[in-house]
Amino acid sequence: MEPAVLKALNAARDERRAVAVVTDLGDGRDRVVSEDDAIPGELGAAIAEAFRSGKAAPVSVSGRDFFINVHLPPVRMVIVGAVHISQALAPMASAAGFHPEIIDPRTAFATPERFAGIELSADWPEMVLAQRPLDRWCALVALTHDPKIDDHPIRAALEAECFYVGALGSRKTHGRRIERLIAAGADPDAVSRIRGPIGLPIGASTPAEIGVSILAEIIGERRKSRSAPV
Amino acid sequence: MVAAVNETTPTQTDHAADHDPLRFAESAMRAGRDVALATVVETWGSAPRPPGSHLAVDADGLFEGSVSGGCVEGEVIVAAMDVIATGEPRMLEYGVADETAWRAGLSCGGRIRVYVERVG
Repeated sequence: MEPAVLKALNAARDERRAVAVVTDLGDGRDRVVSEDDAIPGELGAAIAEAFRSGKAAPVSVSGRDFFINVHLPPVRMVIVGAVHISQALAPMASAAGFHPEIIDPRTAFATPERFAGIELSADWPEMVLAQRPLDRWCALVALTHDPKIDDHPIRAALEAECFYVGALGSRKTHGRRIERLIAAGADPDAVSRIRGPIGLPIGASTPAEIGVSILAEIIGERRKSRSAPV
Repeated sequence: MVAAVNETTPTQTDHAADHDPLRFAESAMRAGRDVALATVVETWGSAPRPPGSHLAVDADGLFEGSVSGGCVEGEVIVAAMDVIATGEPRMLEYGVADETAWRAGLSCGGRIRVYVERVG
C-alpha cells in the first residue's frame, strides 16, 4: 500500500467520508476512490456496487484481479432528550454496535450521573449539530416531545439524509409535528420519512421496552438501506 | 455531510481505543518503522472475519487487528515479516483443505485468502 493511500484513507475515515481502496492484486498498485469519482467500465460498476452493498469484494476485469475494500463511516445514533427512555436506549445502542450521543439543553436532565459512560451534550441541538453535523450514517432519535428542542434536529436530520429519523409522540402529537415542519418550509416527502409514533409496534410500555422497539426499528432500517454501513 | 476537520469525534477516539489496524499502520509508518498490511480478500464457508478485514504488523512483530479468529494470525505475521524484508506482496490461502490446515488451519472449516503487502 502506498503511504499516501494509507494517509488519505485514514483522513477520509476521520472526516466520515465513504471511500474505497482499489488494489490491483497483480502489481500491488492501489488508490483511494470516493463515491463521486466517475470510474468507467466494469471496474467502475464493481466499485459502485461495493459502495451500495458496503461489502468488500475481489473482482476480475479483463484478466486483471482487483480488490475493492469499502470503508463506510461508523453509525452514530444521535438521541435528542436526556430522558428515561434514553437512559435505557443508549447502553443497548452501544451493545448493538452504535455510537450513541445524547443532546439535551436541560441541564437537570443531561447529567453524567444519569448517563455514565455515554457521550452527552448539555446544550441546544442547533449548537451541537453545528459543531458535529449529521450525515447519511446517522440515526436521529428525538425523544423530548418539545418542539423547541426536537424540531430543529429533526429538520437537520431530514436535510442531511440520515438513514433513520424517529420522533416520540402519539399520532396526534406527530400529526401536529408534521404540520409544523411543513409550515416551516420542510419538504413534505422528506417529512413523511419520519418514524412516528417511534419504534416497531411491539406493544412496548416501559422505557426499556420502548428502547428495544426503537433500536430494532433502527437496525431494520440500517440493514434495509443498502448504502448504510455494515 | 462531512464532519468538521480537526474535530475529534467520539468515533475517532473509539478507533484508537479499538486498536484500529489502519491507524496503527499509519503511526508506525510516521514513526519510521516498516509495516505490512494483511487484508482478507476472499472467504468461503464459515470464515471468522469478512473480506476487507485488516491485520497490520510492524518490523518488530507488533500487530493490531485480525484476519481470522486467531487461527492463522501467527503464520500471517511470519509472512508479513518476509514481505517487509522483500517488499514483494504475497497472497496466502488458509483452509481445511490446505496442507497448512494442520499447522495453522481454520478450525471453523472455512477458507480464506489473505493479501499481504508492505506499506511504502
